[in-house]
Amino acid sequence: MSETDNLKTPLYQSHRELGARMVPFAGYLLPVRYGELRDEHLAVRSAAGLFDVSHMGEIVFQGGDAEACLQYLTCNDVSKLQDGKAQYSAFLNPSGGVVDDIIVYRFSAEHFLLCVNAANAQKDFNWCKQHATAFDVTVTDCSAAYGQIALQGPLAATILQQLSDFSEQASSIRYFEFKLITSCYGEVLIARTGYTGEDGFEIFVPAEFTEQLWKDLLRVGAPFGLLPCGLGARDTLRLEACYPLHGHELREDLPGIESGLGWIIKTGKGDFIGRNAVLKIKQEGVKNKLTGFFVMDKGIVREDAIIQLTSGESVGFVTSGTVTPTIDRALGLALISAKHASSGTRLQALVRGREIPIELTEIPFYKR
Amino acid sequence: MNIPDNLKYTKDHEWVLISDDEAVVGITEFAQSELGEIVFVELPAPGDTIEKNSTLCVVESTKAASDVYAPLTGVIQEVNAILGDTPDLVNTEPYAGGWLVKITGVNSSEFSELLSAEEYRSLTQE
Repeated sequence: MSETDNLKTPLYQSHRELGARMVPFAGYLLPVRYGELRDEHLAVRSAAGLFDVSHMGEIVFQGGDAEACLQYLTCNDVSKLQDGKAQYSAFLNPSGGVVDDIIVYRFSAEHFLLCVNAANAQKDFNWCKQHATAFDVTVTDCSAAYGQIALQGPLAATILQQLSDFSEQASSIRYFEFKLITSCYGEVLIARTGYTGEDGFEIFVPAEFTEQLWKDLLRVGAPFGLLPCGLGARDTLRLEACYPLHGHELREDLPGIESGLGWIIKTGKGDFIGRNAVLKIKQEGVKNKLTGFFVMDKGIVREDAIIQLTSGESVGFVTSGTVTPTIDRALGLALISAKHASSGTRLQALVRGREIPIELTEIPFYKR
Repeated sequence: MNIPDNLKYTKDHEWVLISDDEAVVGITEFAQSELGEIVFVELPAPGDTIEKNSTLCVVESTKAASDVYAPLTGVIQEVNAILGDTPDLVNTEPYAGGWLVKITGVNSSEFSELLSAEEYRSLTQE
């Protein structure tokens, strides 16, 4: 795909004006960094950062069976959600593999919004449509109508309050809650969620107002140290916080119960797609475990590197790996055979024929 | 962008300092700025024979591991072992303390395929 085939978010021109390095990602041209990745990463840990996440997909479920349909489509327990609350969840396939990980927002029992990964948005929409036919529900792809901005960091609430339309509501939204607010940027959905391991907000805003909100937030946030942040910092931040990324930790061909989603797979709630496979894996015993590791020698151990015992027997592979700014050492996540996956275990990673010692560790690497 | 006139270059952004049948090789300022923060350099062993255009070493930044290709055929005479502890010299002094290897026994017939500073400058401005 050439650069011109990629879609542009409503903020494309703003990124150009800020001098961002643009890269193709999930079919969109997005900023990978504006200045140095390290500065952007550390701004989010110490002050705040602003991310363009307009590429994320939005799917709306409306109708009398909306809740029942989502209860069948997703693995978390939708009945536990109340109006104005959000829930991390996933679509599993019949083998228990992960079609996508998502956030479900409940407006009412008959009206939900799902935020899905950009790379999977079309696939997810088709998946939803296909499985919703038996239910009284209308499934609509609203991805093009929304821009999305993530404001993340310990000063996120302070910065959001600087905009008069949000000054009262900003701090009253609690973690994994959201509010619909009518503002000079149209009707925006502000959720207290994020993908960085810090406090913060994800803001869904009509596409035509996204640029104005982006520019206003950058302006009022600048005195507090707010920086625009690219995909590079988004990845190092989420890796320190050990949030899984679809296509890396989460895959269709790996059971979600082994790749770190066990805590959101609620087999007790009744039938849902993938439930039988999950029950079977639980009965037979989980074979693999998502584990953190530190590299104990020089170099970086990246995605797809094979993990082995000193005898040379393969016991797993790396799903994400790099050096991250806050921890400042080479680390990563790996899917390891459960019997070798306990914290403190010494193993080897194979990198370009070199055997590099690694040590398994508790995750997350970073907690605020 | 600093592109010293006394060096030769490759289109893969390596620099070469030639004296008689020896050559010192490193990566250019442009290359290090594209790679970002360099955290590890995997060097060959002295005595290794290397073919022009084969992988000479691997420079690993926080972003990616990148191959550095041999600009000339020859034998590794010396490697910059100090990079083991201070790989960031490739970022801070790409043309000095951040050199990678010295190659001996190089053949002058291959020199004409290298780029002059002026040719390399126009390449980086494309």
